Amino acid sequence: MRKCVLADKNALLAAMAAVSRLYVPVDGADKQAVFSEWKDGAVLSGKLNTNRSAKDFFFPQTENMMTFKMSGKKLEIFDTRREHEDFILFGVRACDVRSFTVLDNVFLSEPVDTYYANRRAHGTVVSLACNKPAETCFCRTFDIDAADPEGDVVCWEDSENIYLTAKTEKGEKLLAALENVTEACGDDAADGVKTLVNERLGKLPLAELKADKFGGGKTDAFFNDPAWDSLSEACIGCGTCTFVCSTCQCYDIKDFDTGHGIHRFRCWDSCMYSDFTMMAHGTNRPNHMQRFRQRFMHKLVYYPENNNGLFSCVGCGRCLSRCPISMNIVKVMKTLGGKEDA
Amino acid sequence: MQVNEGFKPTIVAFCCNWCSYAGADLAGNNRLNYPAEVKIIRVPCSCRVNPMFILRAFQRGADGVIICGCHPGDCHYTSGNYYTRRRMSLLFSMLDYLGIERERTRLEWVSAAEGAKFAATMNDFVEQVTKLGENKRLEDLRCKQ
Amino acid sequence: MQTVTKEMLIAKAAELLDNGSVTRVFGWQKGEFDYDVTPALFHSAAEMEKDFVWNDFCGANFSKYLIKDKGEGKVLVFLKPCDTYSFNQLLTEHRFDREKVYAVGIPCDGMADIRLIKEEAGEGVTGVDTEGDELVVHTLYDGDIRLNRGDFLAERCKVCKSKKHVAYDELMGDDGEIADSARFDEVAKLEAMSADERFAFWQNELSRCIRCNACRDVCPACSCEKCVFGNPKSGVENKAASDSFEEKMFHIIRAFHVAGRCTDCGECSRVCPQHIPLHLLNRKFIKDIDTFYGEYQAGAEVGSRAPLVDYTEGDIEPSKAVERGGANA
Repeated sequence: MRKCVLADKNALLAAMAAVSRLYVPVDGADKQAVFSEWKDGAVLSGKLNTNRSAKDFFFPQTENMMTFKMSGKKLEIFDTRREHEDFILFGVRACDVRSFTVLDNVFLSEPVDTYYANRRAHGTVVSLACNKPAETCFCRTFDIDAADPEGDVVCWEDSENIYLTAKTEKGEKLLAALENVTEACGDDAADGVKTLVNERLGKLPLAELKADKFGGGKTDAFFNDPAWDSLSEACIGCGTCTFVCSTCQCYDIKDFDTGHGIHRFRCWDSCMYSDFTMMAHGTNRPNHMQRFRQRFMHKLVYYPENNNGLFSCVGCGRCLSRCPISMNIVKVMKTLGGKEDA
Repeated sequence: MQVNEGFKPTIVAFCCNWCSYAGADLAGNNRLNYPAEVKIIRVPCSCRVNPMFILRAFQRGADGVIICGCHPGDCHYTSGNYYTRRRMSLLFSMLDYLGIERERTRLEWVSAAEGAKFAATMNDFVEQVTKLGENKRLEDLRCKQ
Repeated sequence: MQTVTKEMLIAKAAELLDNGSVTRVFGWQKGEFDYDVTPALFHSAAEMEKDFVWNDFCGANFSKYLIKDKGEGKVLVFLKPCDTYSFNQLLTEHRFDREKVYAVGIPCDGMADIRLIKEEAGEGVTGVDTEGDELVVHTLYDGDIRLNRGDFLAERCKVCKSKKHVAYDELMGDDGEIADSARFDEVAKLEAMSADERFAFWQNELSRCIRCNACRDVCPACSCEKCVFGNPKSGVENKAASDSFEEKMFHIIRAFHVAGRCTDCGECSRVCPQHIPLHLLNRKFIKDIDTFYGEYQAGAEVGSRAPLVDYTEGDIEPSKAVERGGANA
């Protein structure tokens, strides 16, 4: 483990930025935290987490996949992929780091999504323990440790120092490049922070939320539950929860006619939309309750079923604070999981 | 001052079938000149022009959009152009509010007998948009060559 | 501080459920904290005793839910003054059956904005109580913080246009007055800027849009069965913010489509996860309509003719309108 005094944090970030392009959470124009490219002297956001999740860096909202051009009967296809530049994401929270694992399972299993893989290979994730978890946090429900996050490099901050340790090869490479701005310290140096964070996590309002009633094989237990009707009643069918979610991975592929060619692009899609997975015969979820159910069943049942029990919710709490009508996965879990026979 | 020398704007003109399109015809019959940059789209009534059409024109590379209809009171459908007038007043004002140059949009009444007015209007509008230069504020980069 | 209490609302609902006037009640359901209130349908007084809430975070407007509601018998809906305007507007557009609704007007002293509170109090707000003119914010890390309630009201409530109910079957408490609101001040401020400044302002705001469609989906005036932006055949249904044009197109058309019908309820700005001041687009149209065609308040009365489906022979020409719109060149 290495450490750096907080007063030198700017120098630490400068050293990271010297390695490759560095993104840090800063407060944007709307006073919400957003990952932006680091500039010398940048004031890091005091918010617990960014408004939009960190998945944008690996799975952006929109990306061009290829371009076609027609001239007469000749069709040309252009590959728009470029080798991505190396970049570092600093200050990613434990929940968002886990979301990358969730996305990896989808995009890096065969057939590998080369667009995602390209970005993933070039990104180094520097995570940061959550000293002040928020009231909407429930990462522990999904066995995520905000006191000791995953990541290529993990950081802890106390009132004096920032402690860093590498957890992967990529991380070790980065730490090696930071030797001049950090000094070695004992592996227990961050234990004080860990204890504090654990204590705080235990006192959170949602600390007792359990996911053990959900998981693979529970489709029959929940699919026809009458509670879906009342839960989905107020949902307005917007895509806010999907688009702020750090694990939602659905996308649509569309052609945009530029007038002199076609851009084939993909963009995030939301299962809340009526034309989600629209097919020639129409849609297989014609009513809103079914679309609403899909979102939660996917996170709590279908995804774990296909991914060794890993839930595709990481408890970041973004949907809790952003949903226009405050309906969210916690309320769904409490309603469905609170039943005796579940 | 010739800032935009050589710049040829793309102008989309929505013309109502009954008055303005006939006015354009008359301009042609009378051999009156107006710039070839003006692309006319015939619509049944100026009222057919959805605000989306105008934005779409800008997206696809138009530098200016003009809507031409019958004079107030002369609409083939009695009142279509009155509705157009209200819609365009609000839309143009909104575009202006968003900081998009107000000179890029125009509404003009041109009757079937006003071939000369049609040509003069187009000449004037093209000159105005040429001065402004390329549409940057409502462009869609994907549509650029 | 709200003058009508939760207990009074539950008693009213119980009375109407008991005597058979209504079979169900639209009300606000409490969540994990005081401020994550969900609109819900209650079927009994017991259900309401358990979960119903009426506090400073009941901003959600029930008017739009009346379109979907297809239950038997009448539904009771509690309407704040601003909600009654949406209610009337939807009636004007024949979007629900008035005979199936029992509307109870309730006074509103403004709704608090949890975002503003969290900006001030930081992370970890577990609850908010109202005590007179103060909000007592319970936090995880800083104990209780007392805030001046008036400073933390939602923008739309700070410039409330009316405390008067324009529609109800029954009114609880006292009716208020239509206010001389300062709601167009921000619009005027923007108009006074140069075109370049306005462009920079909107570019900054609209470029944050993630096209989640929450503004559209929550809007009581956006009640099309199939939205042009949700129709794959329209060619504009890119659900992605592809570049800056897409968002401008979406927001101009969204605001235009409700121009003359928008009651300025402010739900669009409340729900925007990216905090884009969308009400400034709608209010520009309202302000222009007032300037060009005489003052008009959508929803003030049932059956009024909206300005965009009306005209006079002497209407202002667009070239003059742009000048009179008040904006600088």
